[in-house]
Amino acid sequence: MKRAPWLLALMLMVAGCGLSDGDNAADGGDSPGAECEPGQVDGDLNLYNWSEYMDPELIAGFEQEAGVDVTETFYDSNETMLAQIEAGGAAYDLVVPSDYMVETMIDADLLIPLNRDALSNLANLDPDFTAPPFDPDGAYSVAYQWGTTGLGFSYDVVPDPTQLSWGLIFDPEMGAAVAGRVQMLNDERETLGAALKYLGYSLNSTEPDEINEAAELVREAKDRIATFDSDAYDDLLIQGETMVAHGYSGNFFTAFEAADAWDSFGYGIPIEGGTAWVDNMAIPTTAQNVCTAHAFIDYLLDAENGAALTNFNFYASPNAAAEEFILAEILEDPAIYPPPDVMDKLEFIAGVGEASTLYADAFVEAKS
Amino acid sequence: MTLLDEKATVEAVNPELEARSVRAEARRGLLHALPAYVYLIVFFALPLAIVFVFSFASRTSTGRPVLGGWNLDGYARLAEPVIRTIAGRSLWLAALNTAICLLIGYPFAYWIATRAKASTRNLLLVLVLIPFWSNFLVRTYAWRVLLDSDGPVTRVGEVTGLWGSMLFTQPAVFIGLLYGYLPFMVLPLYAAIERLDWSLVEAARDLYATRWEAFRKVTLPLSKPGVIAGSILVFIPSLGAYVTPDILGGAKTTLLGNYIVTQFTSGRNWPFGAALSFVILTAMLLATIAYFRSGAKTL
Amino acid sequence: MTGEEATTRGWVNRALALNGWVVFLFLYAPIAVLVLFSFSADRNVGSWGGFSMEWYQRMLANDPLMRSLRNSLLVALLSTLVSTVLGTAAAIALERYRRWATRGVFDALLYLPVIIPDVTMAVMLLMWFTTIGWSLSLTTIVLSHIAFNISFVAIVVRARLANMDPSLEEAAADLYAGRWRTFRRVTLPVIMPGVLGGALLALTLSLDDVVVTSLVQGPGSTTLPVFVFGLIKRDVTPEINAVSTVMLAASMVLVMVSLGFQRRGDSERVR
Repeated sequence: MKRAPWLLALMLMVAGCGLSDGDNAADGGDSPGAECEPGQVDGDLNLYNWSEYMDPELIAGFEQEAGVDVTETFYDSNETMLAQIEAGGAAYDLVVPSDYMVETMIDADLLIPLNRDALSNLANLDPDFTAPPFDPDGAYSVAYQWGTTGLGFSYDVVPDPTQLSWGLIFDPEMGAAVAGRVQMLNDERETLGAALKYLGYSLNSTEPDEINEAAELVREAKDRIATFDSDAYDDLLIQGETMVAHGYSGNFFTAFEAADAWDSFGYGIPIEGGTAWVDNMAIPTTAQNVCTAHAFIDYLLDAENGAALTNFNFYASPNAAAEEFILAEILEDPAIYPPPDVMDKLEFIAGVGEASTLYADAFVEAKS
Repeated sequence: MTLLDEKATVEAVNPELEARSVRAEARRGLLHALPAYVYLIVFFALPLAIVFVFSFASRTSTGRPVLGGWNLDGYARLAEPVIRTIAGRSLWLAALNTAICLLIGYPFAYWIATRAKASTRNLLLVLVLIPFWSNFLVRTYAWRVLLDSDGPVTRVGEVTGLWGSMLFTQPAVFIGLLYGYLPFMVLPLYAAIERLDWSLVEAARDLYATRWEAFRKVTLPLSKPGVIAGSILVFIPSLGAYVTPDILGGAKTTLLGNYIVTQFTSGRNWPFGAALSFVILTAMLLATIAYFRSGAKTL
Repeated sequence: MTGEEATTRGWVNRALALNGWVVFLFLYAPIAVLVLFSFSADRNVGSWGGFSMEWYQRMLANDPLMRSLRNSLLVALLSTLVSTVLGTAAAIALERYRRWATRGVFDALLYLPVIIPDVTMAVMLLMWFTTIGWSLSLTTIVLSHIAFNISFVAIVVRARLANMDPSLEEAAADLYAGRWRTFRRVTLPVIMPGVLGGALLALTLSLDDVVVTSLVQGPGSTTLPVFVFGLIKRDVTPEINAVSTVMLAASMVLVMVSLGFQRRGDSERVR
């Protein structure tokens, strides 16, 4: 008993330290980064990225060009990366957050503003990506790769792709033919987002009523959905386990190509609209070598390097100048580079702040 | 008269010596525990204390706790009906999985433990574990290939007319869970059965006449520590299981495991996640200790 | 023994053996699938595209993958070694010595790492390491794995020690064998199957952990399961099957070699 107050004090102290650390890191967010020249390096690069998202030859090329070592560390979700950056236990110089996560990190003061003067190739960026809604001035992030979220399908059930509709999933009559052969992403923003689109709302809605209406729609469709899966849905479609699959453009492309199955399967954005997602390079407050991080961003903004990245991982490049170096088969594929009429139906996923909790809870309720 | 009895007699006549011996025993016990004790205090108990404090905190826009604005919101939310549904489902899943693992794991462990040569026993034991040194996700996806509509398991079912495609159904979930947790049951069972005094079993066989009686009255009680340890090692982790049920069962329901993960990730509610963890931790610790006590008594 | 009893006995033994082989079939069925598809030319796991060694070549050329494999093996071996020693000592402290101060507290503390949800343990260790000002690295991964492995080892070893006849040890001690000699010559051989089982379990848990590792990893210390978890988000490729196959083959070889040694031990004892 004698020890109790001491223990409590220690606990509070310890907990307090943990939090004030975060605050300090946030306070330091404005100043650094301003002093770099294009191509200038100030040390080795700690790159924190998704698995298999970076061409090793590009890394080798940068190491040679800049004369620094690049250490790659990998994460499997935006949330894991956020937790590590916010805790601040490791000195990552560059991270690759998705759209909504950029906004979250800006709000939480976890990103250092970029120094545009250090990015000599910034003009190569497609104007569509210079002022995305999650970073309206492009002050904190540079687009890395992008793609869409829509429906992969078997031509047996969708004979006319121009009439592709989310109704295949959400409308009981239209969905009857594919009942039990449908998969949706196991992700509240994407899946509730699809329902929001079907209902005619924005997929970035923060209205509790709209979100709950979308969740109700998902709950009603649940009997016709075989599985919620964000990882191996392309295999399920190819193997005939599902006939309608909700997922990311690039994954379908790779799967159709590998199975030589373009004649049997297609991918498209439903008439009600779909999602455009963008992964972005950003410099977190944990960065120690801010100039090297800028140099690396600039290196990837180079036309040939940007093209090499797309040729490596088959995702669309936001680098307009890179197009002349991108393989024709990729550039001409409407699943990777959608035609203008499809582009108009796409909406970026943006951060929704406090409503994140609403989305998570509504999705749990829909699945409970 | 054995050496032991003699020693006991000496101690009995000299109370001071006995007290000293008790103190020495106590010192030695603590000494053995000390490395693990210190380790767990530094790398478990103190970090856990932070989580406890967090469970009363309010949160930022990214869901992180902020000290101050102390509240019981996290604990109040535990009364929501959705929690009862999720917890009930997870408890049922874990209980059934434990029963299945025990039913299949006990005869299996018994079979391995009764092989004559030590090297054979060790070989079989390691063979149980080797599949688990591949990658967890890869194994689970391999099950998907086995269970899907043209998978070998489905073919066998169709030929015999016993079952159809099980992928994305409850049986698939239990196949996956059994696969994942069987070793947790087999290892402690093996450790307990292997050390049985077989002369006792022989004697019992003479006494009770039937093999079943001998097993029920002697072997089973003697292997009970293994049954208890195995059930705990299967029940508790499978209470938090969600990846296997999601991949093989279709992720159409929420389980305790992914409900907690959601709170710490996209749900952005660390205080609630902490409160939830703490309640589970306390409930399960009490249940485990009670289970152990009852097991020890009925031995 | 009556004839009837001998028949029952034969029947029971046959049933036990059958169950044994069926369980092994069950354990190795998905392994057969993953080994098979590691040699498939088709990139979609689940459809066979003819024999190919492509994925093994790709695996060897994939630097991040090979580095994560190295990290995984290092973490698994170190954490298994330390947690086996600490966990065994803890089991002895609880089962051999009944009366010592705060024994009950230790008993409860030892269960908590098994009970706590993965993600909660991950979050609290991340907060703890940053609070005490340690940078995240391979070391923090090893320390975290030891923290959960100690308990699993201790539980398995305790199942072995429970109700074990202490007279053997006491007899040895009375024969004035030193404490360490008593432990090495008497206690350890008796509890060895439990220690081995606990160590195997610890190794398995460490090789498979994603949740804790992904939050306490530092620059360059990504382990194989964390890398693979991310990889599957991109696409499931037979490359991962190839890595798993290599790990399985390597562990098989290790087991055979160590068993060869044990066989020699067996026959010596008989002599």
